Amino acid sequence: MTAAEIRTLILAALALGVAALLPLTGSGYWLGLGLNIAMFTVLATSWALFSGPTHYISLATAAFFGLGTYTVGLGFETLPYWSLVALAGILGAVLAALVGLATLRLSGVYFVIFTLGLAELVRQVITWAQNMSGQKGLYVLTDITEDHIYWQLVGLAALVYLVGWLIGRSRLGFALRIIGDDEEVARHSGIDTARAKVLLFMVPGAVAAITGAMLAPRYVYIEPALAFTPMLSFQVVIMALLGGAGRLWGPLVGVIPFAILWETISSTFPNQTMLLLGVSFLVIVYVLPKGFVGLIDTVRRRLSNREGWT
Amino acid sequence: MDIFLTGLLLGGTYALIAMGLNLQYGVARIMNLANGEMLVAGGFCAFWFYTAGQVSPFLTVAIVAPLAFAANWLIYQVMLRPLVKRAKTRGQLESDSILATFGLSFVAVGLMLAVFGGDYFNYSYLSRPVTFAGENYGLNRVAAFCGAVVICGLLYLWLNQSRAGLSMRAIATAPASARLVGISVGHLAAIAFALGGAVTATGGALISTFLTLDASTGVMFTLKALIIVIMGGVGDVRGTIVAALLLGVVETLVASLIDPGLTLAAAYTLFILILLFRPQGLFGRRQT
Repeated sequence: MTAAEIRTLILAALALGVAALLPLTGSGYWLGLGLNIAMFTVLATSWALFSGPTHYISLATAAFFGLGTYTVGLGFETLPYWSLVALAGILGAVLAALVGLATLRLSGVYFVIFTLGLAELVRQVITWAQNMSGQKGLYVLTDITEDHIYWQLVGLAALVYLVGWLIGRSRLGFALRIIGDDEEVARHSGIDTARAKVLLFMVPGAVAAITGAMLAPRYVYIEPALAFTPMLSFQVVIMALLGGAGRLWGPLVGVIPFAILWETISSTFPNQTMLLLGVSFLVIVYVLPKGFVGLIDTVRRRLSNREGWT
Repeated sequence: MDIFLTGLLLGGTYALIAMGLNLQYGVARIMNLANGEMLVAGGFCAFWFYTAGQVSPFLTVAIVAPLAFAANWLIYQVMLRPLVKRAKTRGQLESDSILATFGLSFVAVGLMLAVFGGDYFNYSYLSRPVTFAGENYGLNRVAAFCGAVVICGLLYLWLNQSRAGLSMRAIATAPASARLVGISVGHLAAIAFALGGAVTATGGALISTFLTLDASTGVMFTLKALIIVIMGGVGDVRGTIVAALLLGVVETLVASLIDPGLTLAAAYTLFILILLFRPQGLFGRRQT
């Protein structure tokens, strides 16, 4: 490891330690906000791991999330909680692999369309199955508190960053950067592009399912419309792109302001959240195509240029 | 048998909506995810004119279509042309236009929620049964189907017989070569986009005579239209019509035989089959 890497590692560990202290403040409001930020950090960062290098916009987060929630909801009476979280991760990865195998061999549009409806599809099937069996929702009654959920999410975030860092250094990460630059070139230099994309897509799939499983005890009562809310997928896309999907820490820069903004808007003007989503998408496309990270880079470059001139 | 015919009637209207999307994606190269909102807006207009002044939805079309044409032309010129100019590759334009039209679609839903509220809206127009081969069908469904057939037919003739239609098909096939033979690609792409929007809004006005809509149903129609376009093949009018009828029939079959809540699942099953076995569309040729 180089000196710079060690410095980053120490800084990251410090930030993580500070973040883990939040429940000690004892304030319900801050904990709730912290939970949301931790959840979206995990989701947006893992989303960007796949969509950053490949430029494929995945809207399947809600489907994986709901899958994880339902895994816990259906199994927490028979199996220990920890095994269910692991099981959710495996199921998420399997679903992601299936979706990837069907769509990632083809052009990006098919993938977007498919993921757009995936959450709705799973929701319809589960609702139908519940109607068949005659039950409406599920109660998840555990002794897991919000503090525990928060710590789990912070731990998961650390894991996601670690995985992201490792992928960036691995052959897979290198292959993906080439695919992102020019898929034709990647194919000609002997990279199995479909395989690389499917493998990478399994990461956000598993992570989102684990996140859903971790949050299930918080909801207490689970029903399909809650677990598979399509809004979640869009929020994740906006946060990741707003921050900048090109860097590992980019999404975090988008998550914090957007989560706070969302919290404020949805508590004061609950009917305007759609408008907020729409405007955010337009801002990303027309004002901040590279996100806050791109903005920071431009400013930094300008500053160093100015120093160079004088 | 009556399920089959009801499915065909529904599929006819789907064909109209998908045709609009196909023009926008095939010719203007914009994957327009705000397409469903244009449909709902068309439906809203029809609803409003009917409840306020008892104007028949089939007459409203004469107002809705030019309005939607103008609105979509403006959207293309103001919002999408800069993206087309900025894009270095087809892929970049695709992801940019997907994000931008997502934005548009949410803004449209937000505005419609603010103006009309979140209620479902429907009205009763021509809702008397007609009897055909011993079964009853809603007259409004039959009328909407006939309207869709007329418009699809006109569009097909225009694309295949007129000079402008020829240019449109040229752009759809090879945009770079179309420019070389003196076709004003930018200008015609804007017109194709506007025309697509007008066709979709017309479809919305027709569909509102027999389906209940609300401000946030647009995305379901967008999804169905996308699936139809991919199934039929991008830029292929014939394929779009066949795929739309197929989807209408399959959906009605599933809704009446298994569960009405599973219509999207049915559409998705078709979609997956197409992706696995014929990703180039029903009539498309495999690209080399």
